[in-house]
Amino acid sequence: MLTAVFFYLFAVLAIGSATMVIVARNPVHAVLFLILTFFNAAGLFILLGAEFLAMLLVIVYVGAVAVLFLFVVMMLDVDFAELRAGFINNAPIGLIVAGIVLIELVALFVTGAAGGLPASIPVPAPGVETLTNTEQIGRVLYTKYVYFFQAAGLVLLVAMIGAIVLTLRHRDGVKRQSIAAQNARTPATGLEVIKVPSGGSVFPASEGPR
Amino acid sequence: MTDQSTLWDSLLWLAINVGLSLALLVGLLVLVAYLLLLDRKVWAAVQLRKGPNVVGPWGLFQSFADLIKFAVKEPIIPAGANKGVFLLAPLATAVCALAAWAVIPISENSWGKWVISDLNVGILYVLAISSLGVYGVIMGGWASNSKYPFMGALRSAAQMVSYEVSIGFVIITVLLLVGSLNMTDIVRAQSNGIGTSAGLPSSFLDWHWLVLLPMFVIFFISALAETNRPPFDLVEAESELVAGFMVEYSSTPYLLFMLGEYVAIVTMCALGTILFLGGWLPPVDIFPLNAVPGIIWFILKATFLFFMFAMVKAMVPRYRYDQLMRLGWKVFLPLSLLAVVVVAAVVQFGGVS
Repeated sequence: MLTAVFFYLFAVLAIGSATMVIVARNPVHAVLFLILTFFNAAGLFILLGAEFLAMLLVIVYVGAVAVLFLFVVMMLDVDFAELRAGFINNAPIGLIVAGIVLIELVALFVTGAAGGLPASIPVPAPGVETLTNTEQIGRVLYTKYVYFFQAAGLVLLVAMIGAIVLTLRHRDGVKRQSIAAQNARTPATGLEVIKVPSGGSVFPASEGPR
Repeated sequence: MTDQSTLWDSLLWLAINVGLSLALLVGLLVLVAYLLLLDRKVWAAVQLRKGPNVVGPWGLFQSFADLIKFAVKEPIIPAGANKGVFLLAPLATAVCALAAWAVIPISENSWGKWVISDLNVGILYVLAISSLGVYGVIMGGWASNSKYPFMGALRSAAQMVSYEVSIGFVIITVLLLVGSLNMTDIVRAQSNGIGTSAGLPSSFLDWHWLVLLPMFVIFFISALAETNRPPFDLVEAESELVAGFMVEYSSTPYLLFMLGEYVAIVTMCALGTILFLGGWLPPVDIFPLNAVPGIIWFILKATFLFFMFAMVKAMVPRYRYDQLMRLGWKVFLPLSLLAVVVVAAVVQFGGVS
C-alpha cells in the first residue's frame, strides 16, 4: 500500500523533473532538475530492494558527477536564446531517436509478454536470498565477472591518464612551490648574504637561474 | 489479511515512524543548541573570555534567544538573485543534514535498536546524504548573483568532493574489519578486538580507534574539511570572502544554513563515534559502567569529538587553499588508499577478522 504510494510519487517526480531538464530555460535549473531525477531514480531502486545500487547512484552521480556538471554549467556564459534555437533545430532528430527507442522497448515488452523471454531468467543460487544485496553483488562481481570488472577499471584508468596527458602543460619560467624544500629550510639555509657590485645586479642563488 | 487491516497496519507503521523521527529530531535540535553554546564557551575559554553568559543562568538560553532573533528578522532577497534557488539552498542544506540521522543508531538494548531505519547500507546512506550537503552551498553561492558567494561556492565544491574521497577510503578500512555496511553491526563488531584477544573484558581497547589509529586521525581531519570547519573553512573565510556563500543571506535562510552546518558537524561526530569509538558501548564492560544506558555513552563520546572540533577551531590557523588541496589529494588520498590495501591484506592473510 505505502510502497505503491511511494512508487507513484517517485515515478511521477522522476518523469516530471526529467521533462523539466529539457524544458527549463536556465541551464543551471536544468542541472538541478537532473539531480532531482537521479534522486527519484535512487528512490525507485530502494523500492525494488536494490539499496546498494540506490546509494551508489546518489554517491557517484549526485554527489560527484553532478557537482562537477553544475560547477561547469554555472561558470559558462550561456546565451539562452541561441540555446533555444539549437533545441528547435535538433528536435526532429531527437524525436526520431526517441521514436526508435520507444518502438524497441514496446517490441521488447510485447515479445516478453508473449513468452519470448522467461526461459532466460536466471534462477538465484540456493542461499543467496538471505544475503544482503551488497554481498550478492560483491560475490558475482569479483568471481564471475572479475575480468569485465578489471577491464572496466582499465578503461577508466586510460580515460583518466588521457585527460591528464591532454591538459598537462609544463610551462617554462613558472615558479613552482616545493613543499619538501620549504620544510627542509633552516635558519642557516634560509638567509643568504650577497655582495652587490655598485651599478650591477645579482640574483640570489636560491632564486635559480633566469 | 483483508485490505482494511493492511491499510490500518501501514498507517500505524507510518504514525510510529513519524513519532520516532520527531522525537529524534527534537532531541537532536536541543542537543545542537547546547553544543553550539559549548562551541562558543570553549572558543571563549581558549581566548580567556567568558563567552555568552547573559541570557539565562550561565548563558544557557543563548541559543534559543538567537533562534528567536533570527526568526523575527526580515529576510532580504537581493534584487539580482535567482529567487527560487536562493531560498531552496538553505533548505537543502538543513534537510540533507537532518536526513542523515534516519540511519544513525544511538543505542541498543532489550527494546531493540534505537534507530529510525535500520538500513543494510546505512553507512553508504550517510555518505550519500553528507555528499548532498554541498548542493546547498553551491546553489546558495550561485543564486546570490554576487562574486564573493560564487567564489565560496566554487571552493566548497572542490573541497567537499576532494575530502569525500579520503573519507570514503577511511570508511572502507573500517568496513573491511567489520564485514557489514550496517551501522549497528559496525558498533557490535567493536565489542571484541585487541583487548578481548588479550583476555581482558570488552573495553575501549577493542574499539577501532586503536587498531586503526592513523585512519581515525585522517577521518577527523577530513571531517573538519567536509563540514567546512576551521581550519578548513575556506568557503566562508571572512578575511578573504567576507562570509563566502552566506554573504547575501539573512534571517531564517541564514539560520537554516547555520543549523545545517552544525547538524552536519554533529553527524560527523556521531559517525566518528560509531566507526571508531564504539558507539554506545561502555568504556569497560564492568558493573557500574555497563549499567549506564547506551545513549548516555553515545552522547558523551559524540560530545567529546565535538569538543575536539571546537578546540581545533580555537587553536589552529586557517589553511591556504592550495595547501588544503595538496593535503587532500597528495597526502590523505595515497595514505588512505595504502591503508585500504594493508588492512585488506591483513584481514585476508593475517587471520584477523
